[in-house]
Amino acid sequence: MTEMICIVCPKGCHLEIEEKAKGDFIVTGNECPRGETYAIVEMTRPTRMIPSTVRIEGGLLNRLPVITDKPIEKKHIKALMKELSKVTVTAPVKRGDIIIKNVLDTEVNIVASRSMM
Amino acid sequence: MKTYDLAVIGGGPAGLAAAIEAHKQGVENILIIERDRELGGILMQCIHNGFGLHHFKEELTGPAYAERFIDLLKETGIVYKIDTMVAEIKPDKTIKLMSSEEGIQMVKAEAIIFAMGCRERTRGAISIPGSRPAGVLTAGTAQRYINMEGYMVGEKVFILGSGDIGLIMARRMTLEGAEVLGVAEIMPYSNGLTRNIVQCLDDYDIPLYLSHTIIDVRGKERLTGITIAEVDEKMQPKPGTEKDVECDTLLLSVGLIPENELSRALGVELDPRTKGPRVNQFMETSLEGVFACGNVVHVHDLVDYVTEESVRAGRNAAAYLKGKRFKEIQRRTVTAPGNGIGYIVPQEICEMPEGESVTLLFRVRQTYKNAKINVLADGKCIKNVKRPHLAPGEMERIDLKLDQPYETLQVEVEV
Repeated sequence: MTEMICIVCPKGCHLEIEEKAKGDFIVTGNECPRGETYAIVEMTRPTRMIPSTVRIEGGLLNRLPVITDKPIEKKHIKALMKELSKVTVTAPVKRGDIIIKNVLDTEVNIVASRSMM
Repeated sequence: MKTYDLAVIGGGPAGLAAAIEAHKQGVENILIIERDRELGGILMQCIHNGFGLHHFKEELTGPAYAERFIDLLKETGIVYKIDTMVAEIKPDKTIKLMSSEEGIQMVKAEAIIFAMGCRERTRGAISIPGSRPAGVLTAGTAQRYINMEGYMVGEKVFILGSGDIGLIMARRMTLEGAEVLGVAEIMPYSNGLTRNIVQCLDDYDIPLYLSHTIIDVRGKERLTGITIAEVDEKMQPKPGTEKDVECDTLLLSVGLIPENELSRALGVELDPRTKGPRVNQFMETSLEGVFACGNVVHVHDLVDYVTEESVRAGRNAAAYLKGKRFKEIQRRTVTAPGNGIGYIVPQEICEMPEGESVTLLFRVRQTYKNAKINVLADGKCIKNVKRPHLAPGEMERIDLKLDQPYETLQVEVEV
């Protein structure tokens, strides 16, 4: 049995996961259905939302905050940071603009999390 | 002298929500004064997600949360001044402003809302022994350097304090290529959200040293190392538990203090527990027509709750401008923290029309499991709620209908 703390929302439910058969999980301790989904994904293919910044030229600030538009597999985080370090965008940028499309072939886009003139 | 109906001091989440709400209630002549180069306040450097779950029912980054309010504000045509500092506020509500562009100016307002937020405690506030090298900075300063200015602050990093800012910065520094050697927390538990311990420390194998503090800082020009030690129940370092850590950067995440220099100078009564103005349920301070909301009143965990409180301040400032006088309400109940309670906001409850409820916000002093919170009106229990888990890091709230005014309303924890 594996124990973990759900991080879907700030509540932090304590989950217990039992693998009945290969790929068949029983989750207990979750207060909402999102906890079950989280536990199974965490056991099979853990993912995270990753907020960071990229270089921006001609903007109010030197860095533009960006974020994955959906959770990305944990194993890609290091490579993702490397990709972000190669990017320089030019102002103006609008919130939601795609900064990197389909980063590392993960079907995750990197989007601007604010507008910047 | 230029005059406004309402002046809002601070253009962060509190000031924005208060101004927008006052405008919605029909106040048109509003000025927001912001000392930074743009609106949005501290949210602009909090690039992580997790904001807005209550207010917008979705998870936003700090800048995205702020931008929604900034967009709304721009639609209203409310006047705002950035890069402008308030130097002084006089009892007749004249405000002395300073900016490099417009110099010193005086403006006058009918009502004022304080929304100055809070600031970080520094090394001086907790008296860490040792030398004074470069490389020791607050977590929020490091956050601003990295996320807005584009400077990396160090390579081998140690963090003191496991509140959310400390945890978030542990991950941020790691992602940007630094080695984070550990986070020390003087309490036997972390004040940060569990999800942040998982996704900021556990994910990157960063150790969390509970019941530990820093007893030495070394380095002449730049920090070269620190010594951490375990503490006993009295928070005193235990001999023999010292451990040297070689690092070039120490981030401090050791608490926030409401920023009340302007309020204090004006003569607003402060609560020594919250270090913010004493307010009634209308968010009016001890001075008539002077309101306050957000982290300047008490430090919140979630910006969503800052927004909620600030909407209330904006709405009541608008009511004041339309002639409502809260100070004329004679019968008042004073709230008092009882056993296990650190503080309560509001500090005073004016008699309410029947059917209206009031929200008590408060923090407990220590962690409790399966405890009960009692509300006592002049010694008589009028409400109790069960809580499976209580922690000082999580603000509690109770909504209450008061059928009559009392002398005191006490909140206590019962184990």
